[in-house]
Amino acid sequence: MTFLLGKDMTGGYGGADILHDCTIGVEKGEIAVVVGPNGAGKSTAMKAVFGMLNLRQGHVEMDGEDITSLSPQDRVKKGMGFVPQTSNVFTSMTVQENLEMGAFIRDDDIVPTMEQVFDLFPILQEKRDQPAGELSGGQRQQVAVGRALMTRPKILMLDEPTAGVSPIVMDELFDRIIEIAKTGIAILMVEQNAKQALNIADKGYVLVQGRNRFTDTGEALLGNPDVRRAFLGG
Amino acid sequence: MEGFLNALVLLSNFLVIPGLAYGCQLALGALGVTLIYGILRFSNFAHGETMAFGTMVTILATWWLKSSGVTLGPLPIALLALPAGIFAAIILCLTTDKLVYRFYREKKSNPVIFLIASLGVMFFYNGLIRFVIGPSDQIFTDGERFILTVKEFRESTGLVEGLAIRTTQGITVVTAVIIVAALFWFLNRTRTGKSMRAYSDNEDLALLSGINPDRVVLIAWALTAIVATVAGTLYGLDKSFKPFTYLQLLLPIFASAIVGGLGNPVGAIAGGFIIAFSEVSITFAYKKLLTYLVPESWAPEGLVQLLSTDYKFAVSFAILVLVLLIKPTGIFSGKSL
Amino acid sequence: MRVNRRNIGMFAVMALLITAVGVFQSWSVALAILNLCLISAIMSLGVNIQWGYAGLLNVGVMGFAALGGLAGVLVSMPPVTAAWQAGGSEVIVAVFILAITLIAGVYFYHRFRRNPLRRILVTSVIGIVGFLAFRSFLDPAVGAIEAVDAAKTGYLGGMGLPILLSWIVGGIFAAGAAWIIGKIALGLRSDYLAIATLGISEIVIAILKNEDWLTRGVKNVNGLPRPVPYEIELQQSELFRSIAADWGMSLIGLSSIVVKLCYAGLFTVVLLMVLWFSEKALRSPWGRMMRAIRDNETAAEAMGKNVTGRHLQVFVLGSAVIGLAGAMLTTLDGQFTPASYQPLRFTFLIWVMVIVGGSGNNWGAILGGFVIWFFWIEAEPLGLWLMDVITSGMDSNSWLRMHLLKSAAHMRLMTMGVILLLVLRFSPKGLIPER
Repeated sequence: MTFLLGKDMTGGYGGADILHDCTIGVEKGEIAVVVGPNGAGKSTAMKAVFGMLNLRQGHVEMDGEDITSLSPQDRVKKGMGFVPQTSNVFTSMTVQENLEMGAFIRDDDIVPTMEQVFDLFPILQEKRDQPAGELSGGQRQQVAVGRALMTRPKILMLDEPTAGVSPIVMDELFDRIIEIAKTGIAILMVEQNAKQALNIADKGYVLVQGRNRFTDTGEALLGNPDVRRAFLGG
Repeated sequence: MEGFLNALVLLSNFLVIPGLAYGCQLALGALGVTLIYGILRFSNFAHGETMAFGTMVTILATWWLKSSGVTLGPLPIALLALPAGIFAAIILCLTTDKLVYRFYREKKSNPVIFLIASLGVMFFYNGLIRFVIGPSDQIFTDGERFILTVKEFRESTGLVEGLAIRTTQGITVVTAVIIVAALFWFLNRTRTGKSMRAYSDNEDLALLSGINPDRVVLIAWALTAIVATVAGTLYGLDKSFKPFTYLQLLLPIFASAIVGGLGNPVGAIAGGFIIAFSEVSITFAYKKLLTYLVPESWAPEGLVQLLSTDYKFAVSFAILVLVLLIKPTGIFSGKSL
Repeated sequence: MRVNRRNIGMFAVMALLITAVGVFQSWSVALAILNLCLISAIMSLGVNIQWGYAGLLNVGVMGFAALGGLAGVLVSMPPVTAAWQAGGSEVIVAVFILAITLIAGVYFYHRFRRNPLRRILVTSVIGIVGFLAFRSFLDPAVGAIEAVDAAKTGYLGGMGLPILLSWIVGGIFAAGAAWIIGKIALGLRSDYLAIATLGISEIVIAILKNEDWLTRGVKNVNGLPRPVPYEIELQQSELFRSIAADWGMSLIGLSSIVVKLCYAGLFTVVLLMVLWFSEKALRSPWGRMMRAIRDNETAAEAMGKNVTGRHLQVFVLGSAVIGLAGAMLTTLDGQFTPASYQPLRFTFLIWVMVIVGGSGNNWGAILGGFVIWFFWIEAEPLGLWLMDVITSGMDSNSWLRMHLLKSAAHMRLMTMGVILLLVLRFSPKGLIPER
């Protein structure tokens, strides 16, 4: 029984199908990484799990409950946090306001959660009154992740969180993601930097043309010669 | 020295004070345009008529209050009638949104279609206003006419030049400051206000955060109706109410909003004052001012007026063109190009 | 063109409506409506070229039409020799200075592309110096010109050429203004063009109202020469008298009808020519490219199309057609009255015509021009009658009834707004959809 599971998903954005019988899932406290070549449907698979495209076949379940028909907004209320790849912060608003907006659906006290986010990303506390649009790329990603964490999600979904940041910042971000997973949150992540991502992954999915090609633990995939040759550059 | 003081008084009387009052009116008008642009993402051509409608209801309520014998001492009764105008304008805007704009929003239509729909709305409002109150001038100010009269000023200072502050000018500035302060407090300090800024900044992410778009749109219309009615009433008190003038105000209001950066409230206010002071100072006749400052033999013959007041719209247009050429996103970098 | 029964039917109904006015009201009224329908149809074609072909929003139709009207005055009125002697040469010098200033300003604006500070400084210094020099020549000349027999002339007059020539000149004037506006506002977001055109039209009207030396301002220019015979000439002709006697019609009535028919003939010829060119253009590779750009600007740009350049072409062409129609309107009126240019009548009503007729379809634009103008004129008596019926139960002296009857005329504004909104929502393709 996987905690979050998108099973046999088939569908697209209205035209031809992009996903074909694609299955991805993640357990609580684990990191699952979706990798694959350009145009493999990685982001699409994640958006399907989040309810941003209509599935023709297959279903999505969370904690044993079928959530296939829920809208993304309702999935957020169910405990999913989603960090889009681009424009994932409110650029004209301060860091603190970004976090407040992340917690918009909550009616209880959000200060403790905000403290936790600041503990995780100390730089954000320092820059809490600066507009998010003035931050560097890596800091913006931290704001984006922090914003998603403000709902206290059970699942955090990240769409290429390290796109366009330097290798040092990437390592830093991955460290933080591991820390988040340790608190018991399930993490589902799409990554372009396959090797580094699989390094921290409990589970890895290699997609090709919208289909599952390889599915295994991160370690096993890294050790698999076929995967290495075809997707990890030797 | 006295010449210099006289010049200063002259400048305040004919340039600074009128410019300040007009700037407040334009700033409030531009705030309404910019709010709708920020949230609904289209240029609302019916905004001038929204202002006129709110003002019209305020005038009707003023007449009613007057006929029931209410007075407000030195202040115009219109201030007391303002809530009625605001309420009516809110109802009008929300009804319009429900009947007209919501359909295109759900269809995710191109902003241009919204704009054309707003032309239709403008036509309708325009007819409605003329139908109810007629196309002619209405003067509805009452109470004390001046806070400071020329005579009082001359007597107390001994200067030749006089300085007068009309009650309507004082009310304009005070009301505008209160409204703007309240609006900024709302947008920057309350959760709902912040959610509106978030929606304006990044619609998709706002939806992901669970912000309810219908509520945001509803509040945006309500706020727009408030600032529009206040702006229209202040303008009407200061000058006079004539439905056609409000259609013409659309140009300086749009110019203010674009100069400051469409979608940016701070920009709308800055833009309002830039346009107002440019208009007033370029159409001001400097002859008398120069007679105080330069020796008699240098005194100019003509009026020393750059443009006649008939061309005040040309000033807003010229500034608009300059901004479009140099920085199309406006001084405070609005939402988009 | 494929024959389409439905479309022909709609034009037939329109013809029938105008005929009905002729039978029930009077033929003179019917022909007056027809003539303005024809002009409206041409204006609507002009807006359709901009909006329907290219998706450009022109909210300054009024200004372009007024420029056409100005051409009517400048081409056809006889020159006022005394005024030219009083200040003609100074005006020419002033205009020359203005032109030099503009050219120099634009030149240096482009020259210092890489140095923003110098660019703004140099351009604004040129602008201010040029403007002051312009005013120093113009102001005295204006005083002298306006003093020349102010009650009758007080302006420079025109060139004394046939007024038909002004139709072309009007198109050129409007095209020139459109070129300037297009250069500034095209390539930015679509709203900016709308606001910029709104601005230019307000300014054109302000100039026409206030520059008495050019247009006599609000004193109006009356008695523009006609391209068709005068009623009085007809009434004096032997042949005409005998025809009127044969048909048993009054001389005055028949002469008025004949004159209006002459106008209608002229306007129809122009309308057909504009329509023919528009249809040709729409079906040409150029027209296909325009529509491709309209439907997907990004894709067209990626394919190497100069979107802004194409937009400028289409914007200038459409404005020229509006200017042409504006000149025709002034010709029909026989006078130029700057104060009569109202945005509701000249800009927004034309938009209703285009949207109702069917944006993107030239036949639709023409039908829209006819239908909406007809309705605009007939709505007034109709509204009054309707209001009379509605309020007939009230006391004939009650203030409400008086107010309602007095305000009935404004109902047509509301009706136009409602028509625009209804068509936009329930039949966005209009009466005759684009093919």
